[in-house]
Amino acid sequence: MPDWLSALLVTLLKAVLVALALLTAFAYMTLIERRLLGRIQLRPGPNRVGPLGLLQPLADAIKSIFKEDVTVTLADKLVYTLAPILAIGMALTAFGGIPAGPPGSLFGTDPWVYNLDAGVLALLALTSMGVYGIFLGGWASGSKYPMLGSLRSSAQMISYELGMGLSILGLLMLVGSTNFLDIVEWQAGARGHGWLILFQVFAFALFLVSSFAEVNRTPFDLPEAEQELVAGYLTEYSSIKWALFQMAEYVNIMTASALMSTLFFGGYRGPGFLEPLIPGISSWPLVWLIAKIAFFMFLFIWVRATLPRLRYDQLMRLGWKLTLPLALLNTVTVAAVLAFVPPEGLLGIPRLWLLGAVSLLLLLILFAASDAVRGLWNAPALRQGDKRVPGRTLGGD
Amino acid sequence: MLLVGLGIGILAVVVSGLLGPKKATRAKLMAYESGNDPERGGVGTGQRFPVHFYLVAMLFIVFDIETAFFYPLAVAYQKLPQFAFFEAITFVLLLLVGYVYVLKKKVLEWA
Repeated sequence: MPDWLSALLVTLLKAVLVALALLTAFAYMTLIERRLLGRIQLRPGPNRVGPLGLLQPLADAIKSIFKEDVTVTLADKLVYTLAPILAIGMALTAFGGIPAGPPGSLFGTDPWVYNLDAGVLALLALTSMGVYGIFLGGWASGSKYPMLGSLRSSAQMISYELGMGLSILGLLMLVGSTNFLDIVEWQAGARGHGWLILFQVFAFALFLVSSFAEVNRTPFDLPEAEQELVAGYLTEYSSIKWALFQMAEYVNIMTASALMSTLFFGGYRGPGFLEPLIPGISSWPLVWLIAKIAFFMFLFIWVRATLPRLRYDQLMRLGWKLTLPLALLNTVTVAAVLAFVPPEGLLGIPRLWLLGAVSLLLLLILFAASDAVRGLWNAPALRQGDKRVPGRTLGGD
Repeated sequence: MLLVGLGIGILAVVVSGLLGPKKATRAKLMAYESGNDPERGGVGTGQRFPVHFYLVAMLFIVFDIETAFFYPLAVAYQKLPQFAFFEAITFVLLLLVGYVYVLKKKVLEWA
């Protein structure tokens, strides 16, 4: 067998494995989410199908495959069918670029499907391709509610994509590469500087908010607000097509979690201080990345159970008036520190730690000023001819 | 990976299309409109929607291009002389002028 063929086969095999793993993870993620929501609200959650409800995802999958696949008369047949396929395809592809271990650590092969030099860019591009799936799906349904839902959803996703893209610029300046391996090794490898959250906590806060909005999760799940817009862009979908959209959403959540762990929390590397206890523990493949992803998924569910939803105008204002300028501010701050502070730092404090302190300070200022800046995004929607009364408390509190 | 992802999607749709029951009735195929016959809306019926969405998309294009300019700058930043900082700041300030104009025009107010 020629070399390129075996390489191709290995890649294909890994792609299939990753895709199947993601789909299984999606299925059990729905179960875990429902059970956790149950626990948080002091009730058991699904526990009838199989022990601990473990067969529930299987039952759901079989049900959705055997359901009738309804295509409404007004729908654009081709686009209506293609949209969920596009959504799931892009979502699965995006995840393949995340490295799950050091090179060559997975039975002699590399624990990722593809590794691009512009990895971060490719991942952002692929996740934003998901907007097409959602928008086309809503448009092709040939009905009002899906159309409005998809318009809202795509406007929201592209708005917060800006915050997402801009908030990691400071991080890229520090690392000097957009390759995931470089980013992870910079944090925890042989010349490890420490997890990037230490130096970029402000950027992480912005990135976290943006990724919640980017994957349409609570508190930013307005496109699917059942009480307001029926089911948003999903209104006309049934059976497996609906399931594919849900799948794409959950895979996007996993990708966002993996992205956060890789960019800010050392990715597939474990903490170095465990190294003296059990040699090699920090470079075990899969284990650390999965643990970190699980943590962030728990965070997603926890937030869903805890926070109320924003209003749509508040959501857009939060994205454009707060996240975007603050992400720019973070970028400029990092640039200024890198330009004017020598590498060895000032007053005996190394430059990186100085940067971390500045970043933390920015976050604290934001928290302290949160009441003052709330008017930026929490203002009540003004109707034509309304005048804002000065001094009146802004709505929503 | 792309092929596998799309392939899984196509496979799922085809399998479900083969397995599911097929009993279409007129009422079942109606678009959702709380039981009424749908009025205009959706594909090709010229439904109008708020211009805000258009404005947001336009702004997104502008600022996303800005982001695209920043990426190479960010990656190469530590190799550049201090002068690069001032150049970047100039660019950011120019964009901020546009941003403030947009704010003052109340494009970002969702009334």
